[in-house]
Amino acid sequence: VTSSRPADQRLVGLLASLGGIATAWIAFDLLVWGYGESPRAMLGMLLAGTWGTPYGAAQVLYKATPLLFTGVAVELALRAGLFNIGAEGQLTIAGLAVGAVGAAFPASVPAVVALPVLLVVAMAAGAAWAAPPALLRARLGIHEVISTIMMNRVADALAAFALAAGLAVHGTVRTSNLPPGARIPRLEAVAHAFRGSAASVALFLALACAAALPWAFARMRLFREIALVGMNPVACAAERMPVARRLAQALCLSGAVVGLASTATVLGYKGYFESGLGAGAGFGGIAVAMLGRGSGVGLVAAALLFGTLEQGGLAINAHVPMEAMQVLEGVIIVAVALADSRMRALFARVLPPASRLA
Amino acid sequence: VSGEQVLTFVAQSVRMAVPYTCAALGGVWSERSGVVNIALEGMLLGGGLAAVVVEHATGSAVAGVAAACGVAAAMGLAHAATFVLGRVDAIVSGIAWNLVAAGGTRFALRALYDSSSNSPVVAGFGGWGGASPLLRTLVDPATLLAAALVAWTSWCMSRTAFGLRVRACGEDPSSARAAGVGVARVRIGAVTLGAAICGLGGAALAFDQHQFQAGMSGGRGFIALAAVIVSGWRPARAAAACLAFAALDAVQIGFQDRAGEWRDLVQMVPYLATLAALAWIALRRGGAGGSAPAGLGHHA
Repeated sequence: VTSSRPADQRLVGLLASLGGIATAWIAFDLLVWGYGESPRAMLGMLLAGTWGTPYGAAQVLYKATPLLFTGVAVELALRAGLFNIGAEGQLTIAGLAVGAVGAAFPASVPAVVALPVLLVVAMAAGAAWAAPPALLRARLGIHEVISTIMMNRVADALAAFALAAGLAVHGTVRTSNLPPGARIPRLEAVAHAFRGSAASVALFLALACAAALPWAFARMRLFREIALVGMNPVACAAERMPVARRLAQALCLSGAVVGLASTATVLGYKGYFESGLGAGAGFGGIAVAMLGRGSGVGLVAAALLFGTLEQGGLAINAHVPMEAMQVLEGVIIVAVALADSRMRALFARVLPPASRLA
Repeated sequence: VSGEQVLTFVAQSVRMAVPYTCAALGGVWSERSGVVNIALEGMLLGGGLAAVVVEHATGSAVAGVAAACGVAAAMGLAHAATFVLGRVDAIVSGIAWNLVAAGGTRFALRALYDSSSNSPVVAGFGGWGGASPLLRTLVDPATLLAAALVAWTSWCMSRTAFGLRVRACGEDPSSARAAGVGVARVRIGAVTLGAAICGLGGAALAFDQHQFQAGMSGGRGFIALAAVIVSGWRPARAAAACLAFAALDAVQIGFQDRAGEWRDLVQMVPYLATLAALAWIALRRGGAGGSAPAGLGHHA
């Protein structure tokens, strides 16, 4: 029995998130202490290297941008009851496609032509890489967790093959430079204090996605049906809703949003695609979605937190291995999920029955 | 193709089947008790690192295997407790523990050996059985143990009271509880036992390369889980499916040297084969979950 008043839900979500962050803090202290460094000094160094300078803050924004895209994408699939753990591969393929198409433009291509084309390419490539698991799930009931992981591996091999087969500049593992018109402006162009940081205007596209997600689920028929299928596929099938189609659409849409993350990595940061660009953002997106609790603000806050951890990991890397931050991602997922589940049980016991029926 | 080449291929397939098979047995124990287990991937990593670290420190491969089983069992215990006691979705728990294992093993590599990619070289069980590759593989302790564990798991699952309780918890946890079975305890026990077996697979994987490499499980935990599904959650058939995947892996590695610029495409073979096998079995059964334990993922 769970309490389902919206106010209760929000309170549970907020408390669970705070519990997750508190647990991560303890885990961070233990890891740092176990490594033989002072947790207090490392936390200070982490904060100074991130929010302590304009450059550090801008780097956090840069790290948070792909995480926000993938977080929104994972959340979108979760609403349909699907675990998109294939964001790694979808981002690899989207980055490869954007790099290949972008490099093929003539040097004088205007941004009004190049950017819309590249956005469509990014979304199409991400969706295409999500399509086989989506179809296998919708038509044959094959669980998307295994199939998306397999697609991640195939994506790595395909990217390596495509780069070696002629997409890469000879003797390297990167495509040639995109023309200026196909690049997304960096924030340093407007805010001088951000000089040297890779943060780009892609951040605003990610924020728009985070804002659009709750709106779409509240207002658009397709997304409403996706959410309903996620809640109860049997009832939806009884109502003649095309359940299989909605599941497939949810996973492909999720892949399309993942593809947009290549705007931050390829178009905003490097200006070309290279092997391994964007790696880690896919799994980070799962953590963002779990911590974000389904609200747009929550997703943005979670992306900023994990962006801070990634950039902070670099700041303390000389003293404590930054791999500790990946451990924290896992710890936060478990802690948030545990706190959420336990707190729901507690609320169900403590609150009067009327609120359970609401 | 000479006779010796065939023997080498068979030996390599058997050797490569050991990690898959151990992970698949871990999956069978866990999922027959009703706990979805995608954390096998992380257990392979945790077990592999523990085996190398302990052998490097003590010089004993046996101690390394024991440590691998211990570390993986601890991960299994954590996963099972998160699902059974914490009532967290088992897939969420599996994703999280996989991330902890992937990050934790990299962290440990940096902390212990100051390397971001691999550990120092260890001997493993090398050197038994003389010069013949087939003989050397077949008398390898990890291979023998894995084969024995397949038989033991089959027997345990179908002939012992514990196996019956495990299956009851997997098929219908509420009825099992009504019949007086301690569902939580049985499930935690089954997942932990399976995880220990999976840890042996991690040790075999690392000993085969004579070192631990970051991310060396390479999706094997997930492929093993696919083998469990294809086998209909039956240990002997799962082991046979693992042998088939390992043979494909051996073919793939054999082609690596000759494939030239197609090398990267050849690497996809095991992963595409996994997708194809899942699709084939789903078509044959009219749905992927046809013979899954009915209580998989449900609480008592």
